[in-house]
Amino acid sequence: MFYREAGQFKSSYATDQAIFPLLQDRIGFFTILAIAFIGVPLLADDFILDAIAIPFLILTLATIGLNVLTGYAGQLSLGTGGFMGVGAYACYKLTTAFPEVNIILLILLSGVFSAGVGLVFGLPSLRIKGLYLVVTTLAAQFFLEWCFIRIGWLYNYNVSGAIDSPERSLAGGLVLTGPNADSVTRYLVVLAIVAVMTLLVKNLIRGRIGRSWMMIRDMDIAAELMGVRPLVAKLSAFAVSSYICGVAGAMFVFFYLGSVEPAAFSITLSFQILFMVIIGGLGSLIGCYFGAAFIWILPIFLRNVLPAIGIDIGAENIVHLTSMIVGVLIILFLILEPHGLARLWQLGKEKLRVWPFPYA
Amino acid sequence: MDLLNGIFVAPFVQMADAPDFLVQVLWEGFVSGILYALIALGFVLIFKASGVFNFAQGIMVVFAALTLVGLYQKGVPVILALILTMAVMGILALAVERFIMRPLVNQPHVILLMATIGLTYFLVGLGEFVFGGEPKQMITTELGLPTGSTEIPFGAQGMVILQHIDIAAAIIAIVMVTALALFFNRTRIGRALRAVADDHQAALSVGISLHQIWAIVWFASGLVALATGVMWGARSDVSFALEIIALRALPVLILGGFTSVPGAIVGGLIVGIGEKIGEIYWGPLLGGGIESWLAYMIALVFLLFRPQGLFGERIIERV
Repeated sequence: MFYREAGQFKSSYATDQAIFPLLQDRIGFFTILAIAFIGVPLLADDFILDAIAIPFLILTLATIGLNVLTGYAGQLSLGTGGFMGVGAYACYKLTTAFPEVNIILLILLSGVFSAGVGLVFGLPSLRIKGLYLVVTTLAAQFFLEWCFIRIGWLYNYNVSGAIDSPERSLAGGLVLTGPNADSVTRYLVVLAIVAVMTLLVKNLIRGRIGRSWMMIRDMDIAAELMGVRPLVAKLSAFAVSSYICGVAGAMFVFFYLGSVEPAAFSITLSFQILFMVIIGGLGSLIGCYFGAAFIWILPIFLRNVLPAIGIDIGAENIVHLTSMIVGVLIILFLILEPHGLARLWQLGKEKLRVWPFPYA
Repeated sequence: MDLLNGIFVAPFVQMADAPDFLVQVLWEGFVSGILYALIALGFVLIFKASGVFNFAQGIMVVFAALTLVGLYQKGVPVILALILTMAVMGILALAVERFIMRPLVNQPHVILLMATIGLTYFLVGLGEFVFGGEPKQMITTELGLPTGSTEIPFGAQGMVILQHIDIAAAIIAIVMVTALALFFNRTRIGRALRAVADDHQAALSVGISLHQIWAIVWFASGLVALATGVMWGARSDVSFALEIIALRALPVLILGGFTSVPGAIVGGLIVGIGEKIGEIYWGPLLGGGIESWLAYMIALVFLLFRPQGLFGERIIERV
């Protein structure tokens, strides 16, 4: 009834190619944007910002990074944690070497190092496919993790072996990182970076490069015959994906955790992000947001809800029970909707189009 | 120059100087190689019959060992505990077949892979929930496994120490592999298994029940997991840290090929021995701890030249 395209005519190429061709979609999108930029900072307390909103956004960005590689270019990877780590450590080295440079610039720059590492570890993808490729990306994961522990230069030889985010502020005196940074400030910076990156990726995917990725994913030999160079397509997917993951990793340290041990970028993180991609939906950007929300917020929710409804089994058992429930939910979810939350979203929109009638 | 010396000369001099130490290292590598091979075997069994890359194999190892020890600690006699653990692995196999494999049949590889990771989460939670998360001692003596060690003189004044448990592990692994090979080649069910591995549809059309085969395969790899868990648990504690060894077994699969049982064994030995030698002789050069990724690097280089593994089937693609 409300969600109809009737009467909305596309009279130019630009309107035909718009990201949100429907007026209702545009209204919805800008409402969400307004809530995220204005509503959340005004209403949410520090706990929600620090424990939910900021990590959710950062992990969403990492999920987008992996989705570019796995969902759009079809190259399965379990090295995400490692690539995020490269971004984080690069940013740490850069900001301790050049303390006067704007930290946001450095975060965006540190992705470049991550992209370089991603390129190197992407090389085997030219010969190897599918599950075998998973194992080669695991090589990246374990090798990088080892580097973070063993190479003292990366963490400036400090005793703890961890990296801390030093205090950095804008020229106006606004503290962005470090222990004194305000939650709202960090939230807004993260949100802005994630929003802009999402927009860039969206347009990258709609363009020539994104289409060549999808051709490689759907059938690489056919794509090659059509004139897509697999070398360029696969490596560019690896580079873009690792760049995004690197930026996410740098933000993970500087805007969320504050101080990390190398273990933060372990294989567990890689798995978590792959989960987000698959639960959200392979090859869907909105799915990245859904997937990250599902995997990140569900355990927090369960941990707080289980005691509240009277199941009191001790803090330790709650963690175990949460792990069990998450496992079951993941399996259930894969059975019920293997195409992820993005597909449910799409089905919901189609239903809404003809509502209140069952069909139109 | 120093670096070149460290890579190409010093390790070999070291090897030649202390041959007994080299043999010791080789033996240790051999034993861990066998254990890797056992884990890889669990992977291969399931991958062959159902095309599922079973990430939960590592956690099945832990879960089996944990169940065994946990039951024993709750006062169950050791033989009964062993039988009960096997029964638990059987129930797990049936449950996996009924609730994961059956509804997810024909889904892409990655979805099945994710489902087994979901299973991993579930088993971790369940294991810790029932038996507690703290590390446990494996009930080695109660199971009748030997402890202690033998020292064999080697060379002029050298000495090689063989742990009895390692010898037992080697023997059990060899028995297990032989039994599996016989089972595959000589029994009715074994032949059905191979038929399913070759072609699901053809197997179905001659009256082989896929569900039954899947349950059997998961049970078999559950048993392999139990044996691995006991062996590995005897060498260190039984804890969820063992899960990581499953990830270590992945390069083994790459070397051997996902579908080859002999490949799993040969790959396991290569990785086990290569890892130990690399760590002991070349590790210090890089600051140690290279065990965690060396096997992956070996596998990676190997893959560039032979993408289908040592014994894997050649992949032929058509447009």
